Amino acid sequence: MSADTAPQDAAGLRARAFRPDWRMRAIWAGFAVYVVYAAGQLNFTWDRFVIGLDRGAVFLGRMFPPEFARWQLLAEGLLESLQIAVIASAVGILLSLPIGLMAARNLMPVFVTVPARALIALARSFHPIIVAIIFVKAIGFGPLAGIFALILGSIGFVAKLFAEAIEEISLKQVEAVRATGASFMGVVIMGVLPQVLARFIGFSTYQLDSNLRNSTMVGIVGGGGIGGTLFAAFQRFDYDFVAAILICIIAMIMAGELIATWLRKTFQ
Amino acid sequence: MSDSLRDAKAKSDDARKPDRGGNPPVRPAANGQDAVLSLRGLNKEYERGKPVLTDISLDFPARGVVAIIGPSGTGKSTLIRCINRLVEPTSGEVLLGGRDLTKLRGARLRAARREIGMVFQEYNLVERLSVIENLLCGRLGYVPLWRVWTRRYPDADIARAFELLDRVGLGEFATRRADALSGGQRQRVGIARAVMQSPKLLLADEPTSSLDPRTSVEIMTLMRDIAAERDIPVIINIHDVALAKRFATRIVGMSEGRVVYDGPPEDLADSHLQQIYGRGDAGEWIG
Repeated sequence: MSADTAPQDAAGLRARAFRPDWRMRAIWAGFAVYVVYAAGQLNFTWDRFVIGLDRGAVFLGRMFPPEFARWQLLAEGLLESLQIAVIASAVGILLSLPIGLMAARNLMPVFVTVPARALIALARSFHPIIVAIIFVKAIGFGPLAGIFALILGSIGFVAKLFAEAIEEISLKQVEAVRATGASFMGVVIMGVLPQVLARFIGFSTYQLDSNLRNSTMVGIVGGGGIGGTLFAAFQRFDYDFVAAILICIIAMIMAGELIATWLRKTFQ
Repeated sequence: MSDSLRDAKAKSDDARKPDRGGNPPVRPAANGQDAVLSLRGLNKEYERGKPVLTDISLDFPARGVVAIIGPSGTGKSTLIRCINRLVEPTSGEVLLGGRDLTKLRGARLRAARREIGMVFQEYNLVERLSVIENLLCGRLGYVPLWRVWTRRYPDADIARAFELLDRVGLGEFATRRADALSGGQRQRVGIARAVMQSPKLLLADEPTSSLDPRTSVEIMTLMRDIAAERDIPVIINIHDVALAKRFATRIVGMSEGRVVYDGPPEDLADSHLQQIYGRGDAGEWIG
Protein backbone atom coordinates (compact mmCIF):
# COMPACT_ATOMS: atom_id res chain seq x y z
CA MET A 1 0.00 0.00 0.00
CA SER A 2 2.92 2.31 0.71
CA ALA A 3 4.15 1.74 -2.80
CA ASP A 4 2.09 4.61 -4.20
CA THR A 5 2.55 7.05 -1.33
CA ALA A 6 4.70 10.04 -2.14
CA PRO A 7 8.50 9.55 -1.97
CA GLN A 8 9.75 10.34 1.52
CA ASP A 9 12.90 12.17 2.54
CA ALA A 10 15.92 10.29 3.90
CA ALA A 11 15.20 11.05 7.55
CA GLY A 12 11.69 9.74 7.22
CA LEU A 13 12.96 6.45 5.70
CA ARG A 14 15.59 6.14 8.41
CA ALA A 15 12.96 6.57 11.11
CA ARG A 16 10.87 3.89 9.44
CA ALA A 17 13.79 1.45 9.19
CA PHE A 18 15.12 1.93 12.72
CA ARG A 19 12.20 2.83 14.91
CA PRO A 20 13.42 4.37 18.20
CA ASP A 21 12.74 2.08 21.15
CA TRP A 22 11.96 4.49 24.00
CA ARG A 23 11.30 1.72 26.47
CA MET A 24 14.78 0.19 26.07
CA ARG A 25 16.37 3.66 26.23
CA ALA A 26 14.57 4.37 29.50
CA ILE A 27 15.73 1.06 30.98
CA TRP A 28 19.37 1.72 30.06
CA ALA A 29 19.23 5.28 31.37
CA GLY A 30 17.74 4.08 34.66
CA PHE A 31 20.45 1.44 34.99
CA ALA A 32 23.20 4.06 34.44
CA VAL A 33 21.67 6.37 37.06
CA TYR A 34 21.53 3.54 39.59
CA VAL A 35 25.22 2.62 39.06
CA VAL A 36 26.26 6.23 39.77
CA TYR A 37 23.98 6.37 42.82
CA ALA A 38 25.27 3.07 44.24
CA ALA A 39 28.89 4.15 43.75
CA GLY A 40 28.15 7.32 45.76
CA GLN A 41 26.52 5.31 48.52
CA LEU A 42 29.52 2.98 48.91
CA ASN A 43 32.15 5.73 48.84
CA PHE A 44 33.46 4.27 45.55
CA THR A 45 35.67 7.25 44.73
CA TRP A 46 39.06 7.94 43.21
CA ASP A 47 40.46 9.32 46.48
CA ARG A 48 39.52 6.16 48.33
CA PHE A 49 41.23 4.11 45.60
CA VAL A 50 44.47 6.09 45.94
CA ILE A 51 44.52 5.47 49.70
CA GLY A 52 44.05 1.79 48.95
CA LEU A 53 47.02 1.79 46.59
CA ASP A 54 49.35 2.84 49.41
CA ARG A 55 48.17 0.05 51.65
CA GLY A 56 48.48 -2.41 48.77
CA ALA A 57 52.12 -1.47 48.26
CA VAL A 58 52.92 -2.12 51.92
CA PHE A 59 51.05 -5.44 51.80
CA LEU A 60 52.85 -6.65 48.68
CA GLY A 61 56.18 -5.52 50.16
CA ARG A 62 55.64 -7.68 53.23
CA MET A 63 54.79 -10.70 51.08
CA PHE A 64 58.26 -10.85 49.57
CA PRO A 65 60.27 -12.89 49.78
CA PRO A 66 57.80 -15.76 50.31
CA GLU A 67 58.68 -17.84 53.31
CA PHE A 68 58.89 -21.60 52.71
CA ALA A 69 60.56 -22.44 56.04
CA ARG A 70 57.35 -24.01 57.39
CA TRP A 71 57.04 -26.24 54.34
CA GLN A 72 55.84 -29.21 56.38
CA LEU A 73 52.76 -27.31 57.55
CA LEU A 74 52.24 -26.18 53.98
CA ALA A 75 52.55 -29.65 52.49
CA GLU A 76 50.26 -31.11 55.10
CA GLY A 77 47.54 -28.56 54.33
CA LEU A 78 47.90 -28.93 50.58
CA LEU A 79 47.75 -32.70 50.78
CA GLU A 80 44.61 -32.52 52.89
CA SER A 81 43.01 -30.15 50.37
CA LEU A 82 43.93 -32.48 47.54
CA GLN A 83 42.38 -35.41 49.40
CA ILE A 84 39.21 -33.44 50.11
CA ALA A 85 38.96 -32.52 46.43
CA VAL A 86 39.55 -36.04 45.12
CA ILE A 87 37.19 -37.76 47.56
CA ALA A 88 34.45 -35.15 47.07
CA SER A 89 34.81 -35.41 43.28
CA ALA A 90 34.71 -39.21 43.27
CA VAL A 91 31.64 -39.46 45.51
CA GLY A 92 29.91 -36.43 44.01
CA ILE A 93 30.39 -37.56 40.42
CA LEU A 94 29.32 -41.12 41.25
CA LEU A 95 26.12 -39.81 42.87
CA SER A 96 25.54 -37.42 39.98
CA LEU A 97 25.21 -40.30 37.53
CA PRO A 98 21.95 -41.75 38.88
CA ILE A 99 20.60 -38.37 39.98
CA GLY A 100 21.27 -36.83 36.57
CA LEU A 101 19.67 -39.83 34.87
CA MET A 102 16.60 -39.50 37.05
CA ALA A 103 16.36 -35.81 36.26
CA ALA A 104 16.33 -36.34 32.46
CA ARG A 105 12.83 -35.49 31.32
CA ASN A 106 13.04 -37.42 28.06
CA LEU A 107 13.66 -40.75 29.80
CA MET A 108 11.89 -40.50 33.12
CA PRO A 109 8.32 -39.91 34.22
CA VAL A 110 7.44 -36.67 36.00
CA PHE A 111 7.22 -38.24 39.44
CA VAL A 112 10.89 -39.17 39.18
CA THR A 113 12.25 -36.05 37.50
CA VAL A 114 10.58 -33.56 39.85
CA PRO A 115 12.22 -34.86 43.07
CA ALA A 116 15.55 -35.32 41.28
CA ARG A 117 15.39 -31.77 39.93
CA ALA A 118 14.42 -30.43 43.33
CA LEU A 119 17.45 -32.14 44.86
CA ILE A 120 19.71 -30.62 42.22
CA ALA A 121 18.19 -27.18 42.70
CA LEU A 122 18.74 -27.49 46.45
CA ALA A 123 22.37 -28.50 45.91
CA ARG A 124 22.85 -25.50 43.65
CA SER A 125 21.11 -22.86 45.70
CA PHE A 126 24.01 -21.94 48.02
CA HIS A 127 27.59 -21.01 47.42
CA PRO A 128 29.97 -23.78 48.59
CA ILE A 129 31.22 -21.57 51.42
CA ILE A 130 27.74 -21.32 52.94
CA VAL A 131 27.25 -25.06 52.58
CA ALA A 132 30.65 -25.59 54.21
CA ILE A 133 29.68 -23.39 57.18
CA ILE A 134 26.44 -25.36 57.58
CA PHE A 135 28.31 -28.69 57.57
CA VAL A 136 30.97 -27.42 59.98
CA LYS A 137 28.18 -26.38 62.36
CA ALA A 138 26.32 -29.66 61.80
CA ILE A 139 29.08 -32.27 62.01
CA GLY A 140 31.99 -30.37 63.50
CA PHE A 141 35.35 -29.03 62.36
CA GLY A 142 37.58 -30.99 60.03
CA PRO A 143 37.88 -32.30 56.50
CA LEU A 144 34.66 -34.33 56.66
CA ALA A 145 32.60 -31.13 56.67
CA GLY A 146 34.57 -29.85 53.67
CA ILE A 147 34.11 -33.11 51.81
CA PHE A 148 30.34 -33.07 52.35
CA ALA A 149 30.10 -29.47 51.23
CA LEU A 150 31.97 -30.17 48.00
CA ILE A 151 30.01 -33.38 47.33
CA LEU A 152 26.82 -31.35 47.41
CA GLY A 153 28.34 -28.75 45.11
CA SER A 154 29.49 -31.47 42.70
CA ILE A 155 25.99 -32.94 42.51
CA GLY A 156 24.54 -29.53 41.81
CA PHE A 157 26.84 -29.00 38.87
CA VAL A 158 27.50 -32.41 37.33
CA ALA A 159 24.02 -33.90 37.78
CA LYS A 160 22.37 -30.83 36.27
CA LEU A 161 24.62 -30.75 33.20
CA PHE A 162 24.44 -34.53 32.85
CA ALA A 163 20.64 -34.38 32.84
CA GLU A 164 20.75 -31.67 30.19
CA ALA A 165 23.17 -33.74 28.08
CA ILE A 166 20.81 -36.71 28.27
CA GLU A 167 17.91 -34.53 27.22
CA GLU A 168 19.81 -33.70 24.03
CA ILE A 169 20.62 -37.24 22.91
CA SER A 170 19.36 -38.77 19.69
CA LEU A 171 16.20 -40.70 20.52
CA LYS A 172 16.50 -42.56 17.22
CA GLN A 173 19.45 -44.49 18.59
CA VAL A 174 17.52 -45.15 21.77
CA GLU A 175 14.51 -46.35 19.78
CA ALA A 176 16.68 -48.82 17.90
CA VAL A 177 18.10 -50.26 21.10
CA ARG A 178 14.61 -50.45 22.59
CA ALA A 179 13.42 -52.32 19.51
CA THR A 180 15.88 -55.15 20.22
CA GLY A 181 13.90 -56.05 23.35
CA ALA A 182 16.41 -54.46 25.71
CA SER A 183 15.33 -53.71 29.26
CA PHE A 184 15.35 -50.14 30.52
CA MET A 185 18.83 -50.50 32.00
CA GLY A 186 19.98 -52.22 28.83
CA VAL A 187 18.79 -49.19 26.87
CA VAL A 188 20.59 -46.89 29.29
CA ILE A 189 23.86 -48.82 29.09
CA MET A 190 23.99 -49.33 25.33
CA GLY A 191 21.76 -46.56 23.98
CA VAL A 192 22.07 -43.59 26.32
CA LEU A 193 25.45 -43.74 28.05
CA PRO A 194 27.55 -44.10 24.89
CA GLN A 195 25.98 -40.88 23.63
CA VAL A 196 26.73 -38.84 26.76
CA LEU A 197 29.83 -40.47 28.24
CA ALA A 198 32.33 -38.11 26.64
CA ARG A 199 30.41 -35.07 27.84
CA PHE A 200 30.02 -36.59 31.29
CA ILE A 201 33.80 -37.02 31.51
CA GLY A 202 34.11 -33.38 30.46
CA PHE A 203 31.79 -32.13 33.21
CA SER A 204 33.51 -34.36 35.74
CA THR A 205 36.98 -33.02 34.99
CA TYR A 206 35.68 -29.45 35.21
CA GLN A 207 34.21 -30.34 38.56
CA LEU A 208 37.46 -31.93 39.75
CA ASP A 209 39.17 -28.72 38.73
CA SER A 210 36.63 -26.61 40.57
CA ASN A 211 36.70 -28.87 43.64
CA LEU A 212 40.48 -28.48 43.77
CA ARG A 213 40.03 -24.72 43.98
CA ASN A 214 37.15 -24.89 46.44
CA SER A 215 38.99 -27.37 48.66
CA THR A 216 41.53 -24.63 49.44
CA MET A 217 38.66 -22.44 50.56
CA VAL A 218 36.53 -24.66 52.82
CA GLY A 219 39.36 -24.60 55.38
CA ILE A 220 38.74 -20.88 55.99
CA VAL A 221 35.46 -21.79 57.68
CA GLY A 222 36.89 -24.86 59.40
CA GLY A 223 36.29 -27.49 56.75
CA GLY A 224 39.84 -28.80 56.61
CA GLY A 225 42.68 -28.33 54.16
CA ILE A 226 45.16 -25.55 53.36
CA GLY A 227 42.49 -22.87 53.78
CA GLY A 228 42.76 -23.06 57.56
CA THR A 229 46.52 -22.54 57.42
CA LEU A 230 46.07 -19.66 54.98
CA PHE A 231 43.47 -17.98 57.18
CA ALA A 232 45.67 -18.33 60.28
CA ALA A 233 48.62 -16.80 58.41
CA PHE A 234 46.45 -13.85 57.39
CA GLN A 235 45.32 -13.33 60.95
CA ARG A 236 48.89 -13.30 62.23
CA PHE A 237 50.02 -10.92 59.46
CA ASP A 238 52.50 -13.57 58.24
CA TYR A 239 52.22 -12.19 54.75
CA ASP A 240 55.41 -13.89 53.54
CA PHE A 241 53.94 -17.26 54.54
CA VAL A 242 50.66 -16.24 52.88
CA ALA A 243 52.61 -15.63 49.67
CA ALA A 244 54.18 -19.07 49.90
CA ILE A 245 50.77 -20.69 50.36
CA LEU A 246 49.25 -18.76 47.45
CA ILE A 247 52.11 -19.79 45.15
CA CYS A 248 51.62 -23.44 46.09
CA ILE A 249 47.87 -23.21 45.52
CA ILE A 250 48.44 -21.70 42.08
CA ALA A 251 50.88 -24.50 41.27
CA MET A 252 48.39 -27.13 42.41
CA ILE A 253 45.52 -25.62 40.41
CA MET A 254 47.66 -25.44 37.28
CA ALA A 255 48.76 -29.05 37.70
CA GLY A 256 45.11 -30.01 38.14
CA GLU A 257 44.18 -28.11 35.02
CA LEU A 258 46.83 -29.97 33.03
CA ILE A 259 45.58 -33.33 34.28
CA ALA A 260 41.96 -32.39 33.53
CA THR A 261 42.84 -31.34 30.00
CA TRP A 262 44.71 -34.57 29.44
CA LEU A 263 41.74 -36.58 30.78
CA ARG A 264 39.31 -34.77 28.49
CA LYS A 265 41.54 -35.39 25.51
CA THR A 266 41.86 -39.07 26.34
CA PHE A 267 38.09 -39.55 26.37
CA GLN A 268 37.52 -36.92 23.66
CA MET B 1 -13.93 -45.40 -1.54
CA SER B 2 -12.65 -48.71 -0.23
CA ASP B 3 -15.66 -50.68 -1.41
CA SER B 4 -13.68 -52.14 -4.26
CA LEU B 5 -11.03 -53.12 -1.79
CA ARG B 6 -13.50 -54.89 0.46
CA ASP B 7 -14.78 -56.77 -2.54
CA ALA B 8 -11.27 -57.76 -3.43
CA LYS B 9 -10.63 -58.88 0.12
CA ALA B 10 -13.83 -60.88 0.27
CA LYS B 11 -12.91 -62.54 -2.98
CA SER B 12 -9.44 -63.37 -1.77
CA ASP B 13 -10.84 -64.75 1.46
CA ASP B 14 -12.84 -67.19 -0.61
CA ALA B 15 -9.90 -68.04 -2.75
CA ARG B 16 -7.64 -68.54 0.21
CA LYS B 17 -8.52 -72.16 0.93
CA PRO B 18 -5.94 -74.85 0.23
CA ASP B 19 -3.30 -74.39 -2.43
CA ARG B 20 -0.08 -73.85 -0.53
CA GLY B 21 1.83 -76.11 -2.82
CA GLY B 22 3.19 -74.21 -5.77
CA ASN B 23 4.02 -70.54 -5.73
CA PRO B 24 4.94 -68.66 -2.61
CA PRO B 25 1.61 -67.88 -1.02
CA VAL B 26 0.71 -64.40 -2.06
CA ARG B 27 -2.50 -64.73 -0.13
CA PRO B 28 -1.90 -65.79 3.44
CA ALA B 29 -4.39 -67.68 5.49
CA ALA B 30 -6.59 -65.36 7.48
CA ASN B 31 -7.08 -67.59 10.49
CA GLY B 32 -3.78 -66.60 12.08
CA GLN B 33 -2.50 -70.19 12.02
CA ASP B 34 -0.28 -70.14 8.96
CA ALA B 35 0.46 -66.48 9.27
CA VAL B 36 3.43 -65.51 11.43
CA LEU B 37 1.88 -62.13 12.05
CA SER B 38 -1.73 -61.03 11.95
CA LEU B 39 -3.11 -57.58 12.51
CA ARG B 40 -6.75 -57.43 13.54
CA GLY B 41 -8.73 -54.20 13.38
CA LEU B 42 -5.74 -52.06 14.25
CA ASN B 43 -6.46 -48.39 14.95
CA LYS B 44 -4.17 -45.61 16.02
CA GLU B 45 -4.95 -42.02 16.91
CA TYR B 46 -2.20 -39.77 18.28
CA GLU B 47 -4.90 -37.18 18.92
CA ARG B 48 -8.49 -38.05 19.60
CA GLY B 49 -10.63 -37.91 16.52
CA LYS B 50 -7.65 -37.80 14.16
CA PRO B 51 -7.02 -41.41 13.19
CA VAL B 52 -3.66 -42.21 11.63
CA LEU B 53 -4.51 -45.86 11.09
CA THR B 54 -8.05 -47.06 10.54
CA ASP B 55 -9.10 -50.66 10.92
CA ILE B 56 -6.01 -52.37 9.54
CA SER B 57 -6.38 -56.12 9.24
CA LEU B 58 -3.57 -57.97 7.51
CA ASP B 59 -1.94 -61.38 7.63
CA PHE B 60 1.71 -61.86 6.91
CA PRO B 61 2.96 -65.26 5.76
CA ALA B 62 5.95 -67.02 7.27
CA ARG B 63 8.18 -66.20 4.32
CA GLY B 64 8.63 -63.65 1.62
CA VAL B 65 8.91 -59.90 1.40
CA VAL B 66 5.84 -57.74 1.89
CA ALA B 67 6.22 -54.13 0.83
CA ILE B 68 3.92 -51.50 2.28
CA ILE B 69 3.72 -48.58 -0.09
CA GLY B 70 2.02 -45.24 0.22
CA PRO B 71 2.71 -41.51 0.37
CA SER B 72 4.53 -40.13 3.38
CA GLY B 73 2.31 -39.28 6.30
CA THR B 74 -0.09 -42.08 5.52
CA GLY B 75 0.73 -44.08 8.63
CA LYS B 76 3.22 -46.63 7.28
CA SER B 77 5.78 -45.90 9.99
CA THR B 78 3.10 -45.88 12.66
CA LEU B 79 1.78 -49.21 11.40
CA ILE B 80 5.18 -50.86 11.51
CA ARG B 81 5.89 -49.45 14.99
CA CYS B 82 2.55 -50.71 16.25
CA ILE B 83 3.77 -54.22 15.44
CA ASN B 84 6.67 -54.14 17.93
CA ARG B 85 4.85 -51.60 20.11
CA LEU B 86 7.36 -48.81 19.78
CA VAL B 87 4.04 -47.06 19.22
CA GLU B 88 0.99 -48.09 21.23
CA PRO B 89 -1.98 -48.96 19.03
CA THR B 90 -5.22 -47.35 20.17
CA SER B 91 -7.17 -50.53 19.58
CA GLY B 92 -6.94 -53.82 17.74
CA GLU B 93 -4.77 -56.89 17.98
CA VAL B 94 -1.25 -57.74 16.88
CA LEU B 95 -0.91 -61.51 16.82
CA LEU B 96 2.64 -62.83 16.58
CA GLY B 97 2.62 -66.61 16.45
CA GLY B 98 -0.96 -66.49 17.70
CA ARG B 99 -0.13 -64.35 20.77
CA ASP B 100 -1.60 -60.87 21.12
CA LEU B 101 1.31 -58.45 21.65
CA THR B 102 -0.95 -55.57 22.57
CA LYS B 103 -1.76 -57.32 25.86
CA LEU B 104 1.87 -57.80 26.89
CA ARG B 105 3.76 -55.65 29.36
CA GLY B 106 7.22 -55.43 30.87
CA ALA B 107 9.48 -58.44 30.52
CA ARG B 108 7.01 -60.38 28.36
CA LEU B 109 6.70 -57.50 25.93
CA ARG B 110 10.49 -57.27 25.70
CA ALA B 111 10.72 -61.02 25.14
CA ALA B 112 8.28 -60.65 22.26
CA ARG B 113 10.11 -57.60 20.91
CA ARG B 114 13.42 -59.42 20.67
CA GLU B 115 11.78 -61.78 18.19
CA ILE B 116 11.11 -58.87 15.85
CA GLY B 117 14.15 -57.34 14.18
CA MET B 118 13.89 -53.79 12.93
CA VAL B 119 15.80 -51.80 10.34
CA PHE B 120 15.45 -48.00 10.31
CA GLN B 121 15.43 -45.25 7.73
CA GLU B 122 18.38 -43.45 9.29
CA TYR B 123 20.05 -46.69 10.41
CA ASN B 124 19.81 -45.59 14.07
CA LEU B 125 23.11 -47.15 15.03
CA VAL B 126 24.54 -46.07 18.36
CA GLU B 127 27.12 -43.83 16.76
CA ARG B 128 29.72 -43.82 19.48
CA LEU B 129 29.80 -47.59 19.78
CA SER B 130 31.91 -49.80 17.56
CA VAL B 131 30.34 -51.78 14.75
CA ILE B 132 30.62 -55.05 16.63
CA GLU B 133 29.09 -53.49 19.75
CA ASN B 134 26.19 -52.30 17.63
CA LEU B 135 25.68 -55.83 16.35
CA LEU B 136 25.77 -57.16 19.88
CA CYS B 137 23.03 -54.68 20.79
CA GLY B 138 20.86 -57.17 18.94
CA ARG B 139 21.44 -59.59 21.81
CA LEU B 140 20.30 -57.18 24.54
CA GLY B 141 17.00 -59.00 24.87
CA TYR B 142 18.82 -62.25 25.68
CA VAL B 143 21.97 -61.37 27.59
CA PRO B 144 21.94 -60.47 31.31
CA LEU B 145 22.75 -56.88 32.18
CA TRP B 146 26.06 -57.48 33.94
CA ARG B 147 27.38 -59.17 30.82
CA VAL B 148 26.32 -56.16 28.77
CA TRP B 149 27.87 -53.71 31.24
CA THR B 150 31.18 -55.57 31.33
CA ARG B 151 30.96 -56.45 27.62
CA ARG B 152 31.20 -60.14 28.51
CA TYR B 153 28.80 -61.35 25.86
CA PRO B 154 28.60 -65.14 25.43
CA ASP B 155 31.23 -66.55 23.05
CA ALA B 156 28.53 -67.86 20.74
CA ASP B 157 27.07 -64.35 20.35
CA ILE B 158 30.42 -62.84 19.54
CA ALA B 159 31.20 -65.58 17.02
CA ARG B 160 27.80 -65.03 15.40
CA ALA B 161 28.36 -61.28 15.27
CA PHE B 162 31.61 -61.72 13.35
CA GLU B 163 29.98 -64.27 11.07
CA LEU B 164 27.13 -61.89 10.28
CA LEU B 165 29.49 -59.01 9.80
CA ASP B 166 31.30 -61.06 7.18
CA ARG B 167 27.97 -61.93 5.60
CA VAL B 168 27.10 -58.26 5.13
CA GLY B 169 30.60 -57.63 3.80
CA LEU B 170 31.98 -55.52 6.64
CA GLY B 171 34.33 -58.03 8.26
CA GLU B 172 37.23 -55.62 8.59
CA PHE B 173 35.13 -52.85 10.13
CA ALA B 174 34.38 -54.65 13.42
CA THR B 175 36.17 -52.24 15.74
CA ARG B 176 35.48 -49.10 13.70
CA ARG B 177 33.14 -46.62 15.34
CA ALA B 178 29.70 -46.63 13.73
CA ASP B 179 29.84 -42.92 12.88
CA ALA B 180 32.90 -43.56 10.71
CA LEU B 181 30.88 -45.61 8.20
CA SER B 182 29.09 -44.52 5.04
CA GLY B 183 25.31 -44.67 4.78
CA GLY B 184 25.23 -47.96 2.92
CA GLN B 185 27.67 -49.52 5.36
CA ARG B 186 25.64 -48.29 8.30
CA GLN B 187 22.50 -49.83 6.92
CA ARG B 188 24.34 -53.14 6.50
CA VAL B 189 25.23 -52.95 10.17
CA GLY B 190 21.60 -52.11 10.90
CA ILE B 191 20.47 -55.23 9.06
CA ALA B 192 23.07 -57.36 10.81
CA ARG B 193 21.98 -55.99 14.19
CA ALA B 194 18.38 -56.90 13.44
CA VAL B 195 19.35 -60.41 12.34
CA MET B 196 21.47 -60.82 15.49
CA GLN B 197 18.18 -60.93 17.39
CA SER B 198 17.41 -64.30 15.77
CA PRO B 199 14.08 -62.74 14.85
CA LYS B 200 10.95 -64.48 13.63
CA LEU B 201 10.12 -61.39 11.65
CA LEU B 202 12.05 -58.50 10.16
CA LEU B 203 10.56 -55.01 9.97
CA ALA B 204 12.12 -52.28 7.87
CA ASP B 205 11.00 -48.68 7.96
CA GLU B 206 12.01 -46.93 4.72
CA PRO B 207 15.41 -48.68 4.79
CA THR B 208 16.57 -47.11 1.54
CA SER B 209 15.21 -43.57 1.78
CA SER B 210 18.50 -42.12 2.96
CA LEU B 211 20.56 -43.94 0.33
CA ASP B 212 21.45 -43.40 -3.30
CA PRO B 213 19.65 -45.56 -5.90
CA ARG B 214 22.48 -48.03 -6.40
CA THR B 215 23.07 -48.57 -2.70
CA SER B 216 19.32 -48.87 -2.25
CA VAL B 217 19.25 -51.83 -4.58
CA GLU B 218 22.22 -53.40 -2.78
CA ILE B 219 20.53 -52.98 0.56
CA MET B 220 17.23 -54.40 -0.67
CA THR B 221 19.04 -57.35 -2.21
CA LEU B 222 20.95 -57.99 0.99
CA MET B 223 17.83 -57.78 3.10
CA ARG B 224 15.85 -60.11 0.85
CA ASP B 225 18.66 -62.66 0.60
CA ILE B 226 19.69 -62.67 4.24
CA ALA B 227 16.06 -63.10 5.25
CA ALA B 228 15.54 -65.90 2.75
CA GLU B 229 18.66 -67.72 3.96
CA ARG B 230 17.33 -67.65 7.49
CA ASP B 231 13.71 -68.15 6.59
CA ILE B 232 12.60 -64.86 8.10
CA PRO B 233 9.65 -62.99 6.61
CA VAL B 234 10.18 -59.30 5.93
CA ILE B 235 7.80 -56.35 6.07
CA ILE B 236 9.19 -53.25 4.41
CA ASN B 237 7.78 -49.73 4.38
CA ILE B 238 8.91 -48.18 1.18
CA HIS B 239 7.70 -45.29 -0.91
CA ASP B 240 9.73 -46.27 -3.97
CA VAL B 241 7.22 -48.24 -6.02
CA ALA B 242 9.81 -49.54 -8.49
CA LEU B 243 11.92 -51.04 -5.70
CA ALA B 244 8.82 -52.45 -4.05
CA LYS B 245 7.71 -54.15 -7.25
CA ARG B 246 11.18 -55.49 -7.86
CA PHE B 247 11.79 -57.05 -4.47
CA ALA B 248 8.44 -57.76 -2.88
CA THR B 249 6.39 -60.92 -3.21
CA ARG B 250 3.35 -58.97 -2.09
CA ILE B 251 2.40 -55.34 -1.97
CA VAL B 252 0.15 -53.56 0.47
CA GLY B 253 -0.90 -50.10 -0.65
CA MET B 254 -1.95 -47.58 1.96
CA SER B 255 -3.66 -44.26 1.68
CA GLU B 256 -4.82 -42.05 4.52
CA GLY B 257 -4.38 -44.74 7.13
CA ARG B 258 -6.26 -47.46 5.29
CA VAL B 259 -5.24 -50.43 3.19
CA VAL B 260 -6.36 -49.74 -0.36
CA TYR B 261 -4.45 -52.46 -2.21
CA ASP B 262 -3.27 -55.89 -1.14
CA GLY B 263 -1.96 -58.27 -3.70
CA PRO B 264 0.95 -59.44 -5.84
CA PRO B 265 3.20 -56.80 -7.39
CA GLU B 266 2.32 -57.79 -10.93
CA ASP B 267 -1.34 -56.96 -10.33
CA LEU B 268 -0.55 -53.47 -9.09
CA ALA B 269 -2.00 -51.27 -11.82
CA ASP B 270 -1.83 -47.57 -12.49
CA SER B 271 -5.34 -47.23 -11.21
CA HIS B 272 -4.20 -48.61 -7.86
CA LEU B 273 -1.27 -46.25 -7.75
CA GLN B 274 -3.57 -43.35 -8.44
CA GLN B 275 -5.74 -44.47 -5.59
CA ILE B 276 -2.71 -44.75 -3.30
CA TYR B 277 -0.81 -41.66 -4.28
CA GLY B 278 -3.62 -39.49 -5.55
CA ARG B 279 -4.05 -37.94 -8.95
CA GLY B 280 -1.21 -37.74 -11.42
CA ASP B 281 0.61 -39.80 -13.95
CA ALA B 282 1.16 -43.11 -12.22
CA GLY B 283 3.91 -43.97 -14.68
CA GLU B 284 6.16 -41.51 -12.88
CA TRP B 285 6.40 -43.68 -9.81
CA ILE B 286 7.04 -46.98 -11.40
CA GLY B 287 9.60 -45.46 -13.77
